[in-house]
Amino acid sequence: MADLSVSICGVDFKNPLIAASGTFGFGREFAELYPLSELGGISSKGITLEPRDGNPTPRIAEGESSILNAVGLQNPGVDHFIENDLDWLKAQNTVVIANIAGNTAEDYCTMAEKLSDTSVDMIELNISCPNVKCGGVQFGTQPSSVASITSEVKKHCKKPLIVKLSPNVTDIAEIARAAESAGADAISMINTLTGMRIDINTARPIIRNNTGGMSGPAVFPVAVRMVWQVANAVKIPIIGMGGISKWQDAVEMLMAGASALQIGTVLFNDPYAPVKINEGLNRFLDEKGMTSVTQLTGAVQPW
Amino acid sequence: MTYDSKPFRLLENKEIADGIFSWTVENRELAPLAKCGQFVNVKVPSRVLRRPISICDADESTLRLVFQVKGEGTRLMSEMKSGDEVELLAPLGHGFEIEEGKRYCFVGGGIGVPPLLFAAKQCKNPMVITGFRNKDLVILQDDFKSIGAETYLATDDGSAGIHGFVTDVLKEHLGEIDAVCACGPTPMLKAVAEVCKGKVECQVSLEERMGCGIGACLVCSCKTKENDGVHMTQVCRRGPVYKAEEVFFGG
Repeated sequence: MADLSVSICGVDFKNPLIAASGTFGFGREFAELYPLSELGGISSKGITLEPRDGNPTPRIAEGESSILNAVGLQNPGVDHFIENDLDWLKAQNTVVIANIAGNTAEDYCTMAEKLSDTSVDMIELNISCPNVKCGGVQFGTQPSSVASITSEVKKHCKKPLIVKLSPNVTDIAEIARAAESAGADAISMINTLTGMRIDINTARPIIRNNTGGMSGPAVFPVAVRMVWQVANAVKIPIIGMGGISKWQDAVEMLMAGASALQIGTVLFNDPYAPVKINEGLNRFLDEKGMTSVTQLTGAVQPW
Repeated sequence: MTYDSKPFRLLENKEIADGIFSWTVENRELAPLAKCGQFVNVKVPSRVLRRPISICDADESTLRLVFQVKGEGTRLMSEMKSGDEVELLAPLGHGFEIEEGKRYCFVGGGIGVPPLLFAAKQCKNPMVITGFRNKDLVILQDDFKSIGAETYLATDDGSAGIHGFVTDVLKEHLGEIDAVCACGPTPMLKAVAEVCKGKVECQVSLEERMGCGIGACLVCSCKTKENDGVHMTQVCRRGPVYKAEEVFFGG
């Protein structure tokens, strides 16, 4: 049995698998299947200052080895999260990451301040949601705006701050450097790639929002490439995600330079995926004679 | 445990009408948990998303699932063979609430008809009104008759049963029933709810594109009127069955 635990910004995770924001709600539905302590951590559904109803439906479509979603940050608001979900989540014996999204810089700062006074372990700055009209990705696609929102939020944030990056940019390494220089404690990546599907019988986009965020196994090679590029550009830890669906993917993403992992879309296919991926990781490490999963981080030997 | 994801054995896969298939699947742990109006989420090889399919019938060891081939996932399902193993997340959602002593009328349209069979079996002397586009798509009539239901059939083109809509039939019989349970296309549900409004109670089973199937991903939300105001709720968890007055049709 190898040691699966990892430490990110001083926060200890019992294994590197974190449920990705937006696929896991606030955890209660999956807790009916297995103890959430099986997970290293949980990144909450994206939380906003005020409650949001989200986009009209349909909000999901499928592609080959992928899905598109455009939920549009439906959530009960930060106060409701703190009052109704946080204590329960904290009692599940797993790391709790609050994923926050705002319309304005002030929104992000107010939420960071509120959450700093709670038992949340880390805050994940969502500046990469492709499915809302204002806020979200508008902060995440220019190095200057990434730096400015990151440094503003840092002033109000007493928890380790993870900045979640959008892949819908020309140079992801430049964005990551901007986040790091502005004080980000860690980076999580990648959020979804913007995509579109059209029903050929009605000529209507399948998703009511017309476009949606693409995720699932099809985006995995893109995510591995981007994590590798960012690992070569920054010193802060990277939480890698994007299409991880089996333990081999987890190994690969760690080798690319990730220190921990988030898994999302695969949960729709197999809600037990995190349990299975951890088992596979453990077997792989044993077979390779490795004692700690941290030995995999950045182990790629590029040509 | 209220639901889980487990392998089921496919005992039978039969085409019962044009492009409509009936599965019988076996799992002795999960099948007995099924309640009428609930659904399952079927894992389809090579597809990322599971397919939500309503439970047409259930006993202590098996579930019956009736589905229409609509796209790639259901086509792959239709090609599976008896003896195959299939993984289902089941049983899911909040189903029909059937009270003793009331006479229920079950109103179904097209591929919305299957869950009404399991529901009608829970009642004494049920009335069943089903509608289809044409005679080639008519399903489950013998099943409803075999449980002693008073059945009425309507088709859009008059090729089987009466020429007209299920609501035409429902209006004629409204005085003979206490409650309605409906499943079918949204325009039909809206029309049924209007016929019932202020006269008999009405439950409707909604359809929506789903992700996780258990209420976590918020993909299948609908705006719902509840005692304490208007909320977004998940069709996969708070639904698929709602009281008609809780639903904003087309909104």
